Amino acid sequence: MWRRIWALFRKELLVLWKDPRSRAVLIGPPLVQLLVFGYAATFDIRDVRTGILDADDSPTSRAVVALFAGSPTFDPLVPLAGEAALRRAIDGREVAVAIRIQPGFEAALRAGRPAPLQLVLDGRQSNTSLGILAYAQEIVDHFNQALEQEAGFPGPPARLEIRSWFNPNLESRWFIVPGLTGLLSMVVVLVVTALSVARERELGTFEQLLVTPYRPLEILAGKALPALLIGLAEGTLIVAVAVFWFEIPLRGSLALLYLGLIIFILAIAGVGLMVSALSRTQQQAILGAFLFVVPAVILSGFATPIMNMPETIQTITLANPFRYFLVILRSVFLRDTPFELLLDQIWPMAVIALLTLTAATVMFRRRLY
Amino acid sequence: MTAPPRDGSARLRIRGLLRKEWLEILRDPSSIAIAFVLPALLLFLFGYGVSLDPREVRIAFVKPSSSQPAESLAEAFRGSPYFRVAFAADIVTARRLLDRREVQGIVSLRDDFADRLENGEAVVQLVLDGVDANTARIVQGYVRGTFAGWLARIDRGSRAPPGLTIEHRMWFNSEIDSRHFLIPGLVAIIMTLIGAMLTSLVVAREWERGTMEALFATPVRIREIMIGKLLPYFVLGMGSMAVATAMAVLLFGVPFRGSFLALLLLAGIYMMASLAYGLAVSALARSQFVAGQVAIITAFLPAFILSGFIFDIRSMPWAIQLLTYIIPARYFVSSLQTMFLAGDVWRVYLVDGAALLLIAAIFLAVARRRTRKSLE
Repeated sequence: MWRRIWALFRKELLVLWKDPRSRAVLIGPPLVQLLVFGYAATFDIRDVRTGILDADDSPTSRAVVALFAGSPTFDPLVPLAGEAALRRAIDGREVAVAIRIQPGFEAALRAGRPAPLQLVLDGRQSNTSLGILAYAQEIVDHFNQALEQEAGFPGPPARLEIRSWFNPNLESRWFIVPGLTGLLSMVVVLVVTALSVARERELGTFEQLLVTPYRPLEILAGKALPALLIGLAEGTLIVAVAVFWFEIPLRGSLALLYLGLIIFILAIAGVGLMVSALSRTQQQAILGAFLFVVPAVILSGFATPIMNMPETIQTITLANPFRYFLVILRSVFLRDTPFELLLDQIWPMAVIALLTLTAATVMFRRRLY
Repeated sequence: MTAPPRDGSARLRIRGLLRKEWLEILRDPSSIAIAFVLPALLLFLFGYGVSLDPREVRIAFVKPSSSQPAESLAEAFRGSPYFRVAFAADIVTARRLLDRREVQGIVSLRDDFADRLENGEAVVQLVLDGVDANTARIVQGYVRGTFAGWLARIDRGSRAPPGLTIEHRMWFNSEIDSRHFLIPGLVAIIMTLIGAMLTSLVVAREWERGTMEALFATPVRIREIMIGKLLPYFVLGMGSMAVATAMAVLLFGVPFRGSFLALLLLAGIYMMASLAYGLAVSALARSQFVAGQVAIITAFLPAFILSGFIFDIRSMPWAIQLLTYIIPARYFVSSLQTMFLAGDVWRVYLVDGAALLLIAAIFLAVARRRTRKSLE
């Protein structure tokens, strides 16, 4: 039995490897995606084009503008001629934010009345805008403290000291790149397994396989094992790039990472084989794979946290293997979480793997006899 | 090959091709699935599943000794709708909660908080779970706000008058709901699926099965083959665009402040660019496996990540920003977000539309060239 599986295993790998185009598809794109998305997928806020409409034009208002000019976040500053120019600049997305200072600003500040600094933000990217607002608030806080000290007031009786664990500079790349390890391995494994049987069926070689002494389980193993190997190789490559190129710290144990990766790949291979068993053509297989990948990514916490979702959707995510693997990836990379604390992520994934592989076997039997 | 018959029969030939293409779409349930089920599924998922706004931040509050000011700060957090507070006896317990991802931050006070407050040197420590940097930043903003509010209350009278304050206006999206900008972008993603992915698969299949060569042997001209391929999917794509827009407005309450004319115009141009791209990919790849992969990798994923749909292009490194200029979805997403939220800004449409037309022309030329070559 093992010899037969081995033969099929070799044949599957050869099919993928000997076609130069499918070989290229297996190696090139994941690497390119990792590099491009590693840089592109960011929630960081930098180089904010800032429109300035200073209608007060007093020493104080100019000092406030200078504070923004001195911040590395607000760059470049674009002077705006008036209300119409401000509206134009925001409408046309020429600036991400506009700072408006009304006449009488300095006078109000002198008289001890609140002096408003107006920020016009672009709601077409409300997430960026909220970040910009937070940075502006920080600058204003500093300004006020300096003002109070100048006037001889003591500082506030309490201050907030902020530290961020695991990712001291709050770089979103540290959040996204470990996730990409799972995402890219998932796509490769899913496509390889989903297409494996569909291709044979479309080319008519599946009938030939059926007249051999293979049992369904052996065919399944022969199809799943190459995917496991390819997925592991892919995952290893991506982890290496994450660590050596993106310099993401890898603080936890590699053994734990690989344990998670193997179980995850098996779960995904099961899904891919199910898709394969259901589809008659390669087109259907690719679409089927796609129908799985998109929800699996969206409902995983890859880009947007699961806890922001409504309760019912959160419950649905419990069936998503990627959700668990993401936690494992991020915990191993950044937190160095011990094994016991990750058990609650590993066992659900193992259950899912068992279910998908069993379901795939059952579907194969149906298709074969 | 004989010279193709002239004029009147061209319409007949195209009609024949269109009929064949429609039958193929209708007979393969997966085409219908991608055109109607997938858009609906995506919209549901995004409409309900994707949000960048935390609903409720869970924090651990470490308050070793009970004192009046410590209680009042704890009350400020507990009373805020933004927080769900878990009290912890010491920092070790709190840290365990953070390790288990049960809380997203720790606010901790030292034993001598009250005394130090008297002397004006109290420290409130905030520890953030930095793994999810975006959420951490938002949590930081909420904590800052709550802390500042508390400080102003306990400090009343004895302090300096308020200095500078920020008044902010979020134009176009005053409720600050991230879904309002995510869902319009989704229309572009859905059209990319149909344009680039479905088309490249369908045409690659013809190449793979050799039916494309069979078509070449008929008097049909290449231009007619291309029209016959593009038109049905154009209709399919525009149909799904209409469904997606209707769902966005009616189901998810995203405002639509622009004009339908602009939507039709830009969507039409984008659909052309997308279809031309799919055609070019399949003509180059000629196998479904490769065409499918290439379409996902070079059209679908970039539409997701490099278009400004979720991740702001302005925050990317400049090399990546340059790269986004060749991604058609970038222009359409920008126009869509403007159209839904800001209303018609023809300056934006003009730039985006022109770029899309250029891209469509380039890919159509590539597809045409590659298709002709094989005839020789």
